[in-house]
Amino acid sequence: MIAIERTLDTPRWQRVALPFASLLLAAIISGLVLVLSGHNPITTYEQIYTASFTSAGALTSTFVYATPLLFTGLAAAIAFRMRIWNIGGEGQLYMGAIGASGIGLLLGSWPTPLLIPAMMAGGIVAGALWALVPGLLRAYLQTNEILVSLMLNYVAGLVMYFLIYDSKSYWRDLTSPTALVFPTGKTLSAAATWPGLTIGSFTLPLGFVAGVVLAVLLLALVRSTRFGFEMRVMGDSTSAATYAGMRTRRIILAVMAVSGALAGLAGASQIGDFGHVLDPRGLEQAQYGYTGIVVAALAMYNPLAVVVVAILIGALTNAGFALQGPGFPPGLVGTMEGIILFSVLGGEILGRYRIRIGSQLRPQRAEAEADAAR
Amino acid sequence: MSIHVEAGPASAESATAGLVPAVAAIGVTKRFAGGVVANDRVSFDARRGEVHALLGENGAGKTTLCNILTGLYHPDEGEIQVDGSPVRLHSPHEAQRSGIFMVHQHLSLVDSLTVAENVVLGWSRHRGLRYTPRQVEAEISEIAARYQMQVDPHARIWQLSLGERQRIDILKALYRDARILILDEPTTVLTPAETEQLFSSVHEMVAAGRSVVFISHKLPEVLAIANRITILRKGRSVTTVDAAGVDVRELARLMVGHDMPAGRVRRAAAGSGTPPADQRGVLELERVCADGDFGIQVLHDVSLSVRPGEILGIAGVAGNGQRELAEVIAGLRAHSRGAIRLDGAELHGGDPRAAINRGVAYVPEDRMGTGVSPSLSVTENLMLKSYRRDAPHAGPVLLMDRADAQSVALMEQFDIRSRGPHALVRQLSGGNVQKVVLARELSSQPRVLVAASPTRGLDVGATEYVHGVLVDSARRGVGIMLISEDLDEIVELSDRIAVLYEGRVVGIVDAAQASYEQLGMMMAGAA
Repeated sequence: MIAIERTLDTPRWQRVALPFASLLLAAIISGLVLVLSGHNPITTYEQIYTASFTSAGALTSTFVYATPLLFTGLAAAIAFRMRIWNIGGEGQLYMGAIGASGIGLLLGSWPTPLLIPAMMAGGIVAGALWALVPGLLRAYLQTNEILVSLMLNYVAGLVMYFLIYDSKSYWRDLTSPTALVFPTGKTLSAAATWPGLTIGSFTLPLGFVAGVVLAVLLLALVRSTRFGFEMRVMGDSTSAATYAGMRTRRIILAVMAVSGALAGLAGASQIGDFGHVLDPRGLEQAQYGYTGIVVAALAMYNPLAVVVVAILIGALTNAGFALQGPGFPPGLVGTMEGIILFSVLGGEILGRYRIRIGSQLRPQRAEAEADAAR
Repeated sequence: MSIHVEAGPASAESATAGLVPAVAAIGVTKRFAGGVVANDRVSFDARRGEVHALLGENGAGKTTLCNILTGLYHPDEGEIQVDGSPVRLHSPHEAQRSGIFMVHQHLSLVDSLTVAENVVLGWSRHRGLRYTPRQVEAEISEIAARYQMQVDPHARIWQLSLGERQRIDILKALYRDARILILDEPTTVLTPAETEQLFSSVHEMVAAGRSVVFISHKLPEVLAIANRITILRKGRSVTTVDAAGVDVRELARLMVGHDMPAGRVRRAAAGSGTPPADQRGVLELERVCADGDFGIQVLHDVSLSVRPGEILGIAGVAGNGQRELAEVIAGLRAHSRGAIRLDGAELHGGDPRAAINRGVAYVPEDRMGTGVSPSLSVTENLMLKSYRRDAPHAGPVLLMDRADAQSVALMEQFDIRSRGPHALVRQLSGGNVQKVVLARELSSQPRVLVAASPTRGLDVGATEYVHGVLVDSARRGVGIMLISEDLDEIVELSDRIAVLYEGRVVGIVDAAQASYEQLGMMMAGAA
């Protein structure tokens, strides 16, 4: 008699070992795919490693991708942990970029130490407000926040396009001769450029540093504050939270706002750290908001794990661009990312079960429990 | 005065007098792990063309018996016979092939599909994958007409009321040619008019030679619809009687029984200090009305008063407004009319935090789903309400080390057995979970404690412990409202007993003078 049954508790070692085993499995399956498509997996993995970390400028460029993923990953993790499914990180990022670039343009003459916090605040406020739309609808009208936040991503995208392509908005460059032919946004002043932390040839973006600080703060918030306690209770059992007298609507709104603020910071960092101009096409093609959901899932919603996963996925994305060429189609990189996600999430789900060979004692107990619950 | 007529196979046989019953359970025993015997040598048989009622309180074993009849459980002993030959049913599907269908309280319909689509979902009279709506709709209309049911085959399920939906579930069984139809407390969701319609449909079904097994705990309706009645009590089939030969009083007595468990002392009888009658109630409800989950009014002008140091028992069969009553007091459900007063000052409804702050402690019926946050630790569950004010903190930061120390003390005081304050509550046994709830609620120095089914599902030791804690708290001056379906528990612990029937207080009696017969009658709506 062989049965697969659910386990109530996973031992600690298993929780740590499982992601690594899953990654190994992903490497093996990806290796098979690579062999089938005529590549040597060992050399390909070597290439990926060099292109992400060791070759000239590789590490800097890995962190260019890791920084927005860190923010959007945190945004998804904090909400999902509470079982509030904010998948509007993408749109909140766009709004954050609009807000931060607006502030950057408006206050361009301010000194950098004042301008950076102002731009961050612009991103935070814009992202949080955008996230509050699905938050309010969920809290007061019980709408499904998945659908609303997802649809608002497209709305935010259109707003961004409207500002640059279809209007004479404050964000659009209406003066330079090329901008008359190809619509672009106004470039921010030099004072609005966020300085990175340069160590030799490697530059760590300011946004990444801020993201790491926020990850630590978020962990502390969830673990040891009153608000974090409320969040954990609500994430576990809404009815217990209501029973305990918690203001569940306010908690939903607060979590949505925090999540949106983090995604908005991703947008602010895109402007301040990297782009210095509101570029709808670039932001949309990158899809950092959606990839952030993947990052959060792989990190099992743990803020500190998000930091590590963001770097790994950033590295893989970076390597993907480096490897791309006639012999290495971009689809292959996507396939490998998909295999990693599949393995890790699959491992996470299967880890909750065990295979039992032998007597039939346990299912009966489950039956009795089910009956007692009735 | 004890009636124990065992309905053995012999007596059932003589009653059937040569007729082969459509379905019969013979000596069915079902044990669950942990020594719970849900069915203990249960026997009954339903003849062709008969409405056979299964009557019993909650926990009497009705649901387990039905799950055996529909193939969800296998009996440990005894057998099920269909048309006189033994069958082994391994799944609801096999039971349906034997003609046994059950209409559950929670209906199994797809909201977005039409009536016709739901009826043929999974099984059609016509072979193949093709779905011919017109033909099916015609067939449905024909069945509906024959059984006096008003049904629009085009309607989508979400457009229908609960009563109409139940009709569709019954129709679905009839379309599949159910010969034995089990209705599980079908009138719970029905208005009186809908109940009448259901009864005339049931009459048509049995007239057509089908058998209906009617599960209920409401005496008047059982007498109105059934030909014969099998009474279940504490997992046993007490007896089977002809509906024509009994009255409500007799049925009530059979259903609740009247033998006191030996060794237990009635608190009221022991005179453990009934408070003076003129003392003012710490909790007072005045003509409180409230709506249920489906927007139908379930509490009607409930007026009650709990005095300090008193245990007021709320007796009643489940689903007569007990849950709503508890929720209204705890602030989890707003009342539509009337007033709730605590220490003479009005308690505004629908605000659980206000109720907590005013000193209302609540042990909810749904222990795991509401009473605790199962994936959090014992410490965190102990501070589920106190985290806002009393738990150790520095500004907004909770000092968990000190909270752990406090919870270790509480765990000792309330005999909570776990691996420590960090153990997750879902890993604890039911008794220990309930002790966590009680420890939290009582350590907040409440004025009033509402305990809803506080010992349901607990073993004997844990039950005694909970009873001890309740009596102790009353002695220290807490006003306690004990809501329970276990009449023994109510009688044993309460000073006064109020009986709820269909959301109304049908009577309040002094526990010292209460008789089981009187309480049973009131609980069944016959008083």
